[in-house]
Amino acid sequence: MLAVAIGIVGVSFGAVAVAEGEPPWVPLTMSLTVFAAGAQFASLDLALDGAGTAAAVTAGLVLNARLALFGFALPGVHGRRLGARLWSSQLLVDQSAALALAEGEPARRRAVFLACGGALYLAWNLGTLLGVLAGGTMSDPQALGLDAAEPMVLLALVLPALSTRGRRGDDDATHSARRRSATRRAALAGALTALAATPFLPPGTPVLAALLGLLARRPERTPPQPGRGSRTEGAASTEGAAGPEGGRA
Amino acid sequence: MTLLAVVLLAAGTYGLRLCGPLLRARTELPARTELLLADAATVLLCALVATSALMEGQQFAGWARPAGVLVGAALAWRRAPFLVTVLGAAAVTAGLRWAGVA
Repeated sequence: MLAVAIGIVGVSFGAVAVAEGEPPWVPLTMSLTVFAAGAQFASLDLALDGAGTAAAVTAGLVLNARLALFGFALPGVHGRRLGARLWSSQLLVDQSAALALAEGEPARRRAVFLACGGALYLAWNLGTLLGVLAGGTMSDPQALGLDAAEPMVLLALVLPALSTRGRRGDDDATHSARRRSATRRAALAGALTALAATPFLPPGTPVLAALLGLLARRPERTPPQPGRGSRTEGAASTEGAAGPEGGRA
Repeated sequence: MTLLAVVLLAAGTYGLRLCGPLLRARTELPARTELLLADAATVLLCALVATSALMEGQQFAGWARPAGVLVGAALAWRRAPFLVTVLGAAAVTAGLRWAGVA
């Protein structure tokens, strides 16, 4: 089910990339090697807009910084041998980490991680391939409104982090709500900064300037609690989430 | 997208993935750092949504695209499935262009 959803995102990635003028190897190689939807869309978007290599890569890596957090939060799923750790790391994405974190027992945790990560990897790359094939047949992407599909995909990825609705696992609703409003403030400030800067700064840099919006988060009032914590949600970046232990804003 | 950009992004992303498993650190990152990184990702994605919905290069992209994205956003807010939101956004934009709205 999850894999189908990821596959569909993959199709849109491949189709958008090729229809907007990238050669097929670009989306295909990216999906095989990068394997991270948000970062791939972000870098592609910036590159298509004429951003330099540095800006496109930086934006992608900022988005993927959360993967390092998951790596720390999931000891054991990668196995003991160096080789196993090297290849299974590639399967680390939001969803495989979240599902693995939900499992208590180490052996099961590893099995879930590998199964979920592997299925998503297959779906993502198959989807991209389908998208590349479909995108090649589109003569006029603008007439089909494909340029609206791209921001829409990104919006769908970020929406859960902005949502005001309660989430499962929030046993501390007020803290969570306060934390969310800090995130929303930062996001709004950042988006306005980027828009205002776009006519003046070179392509790609306005989005990085948006990170200044992080200053709009209010300084923390309560000291963070000593961490005992399931990071199931805490680290889920595009989810912007605060687990029960997480969010003081 | 240049080959160099793809290679750097891939290598950097893999490096980030490898941090945990290789260092096998027991160290917990402070909760504040986690939250900061989470918010950085959210802020960056939102800025990308805004700029790619409204701007084309350094100019306003015209009304058709942001209108499509707005409809898609409304669909997403009503909890429509992902595919419906994306196709809806594209369809509205395409329809507006067909009707002569840039």
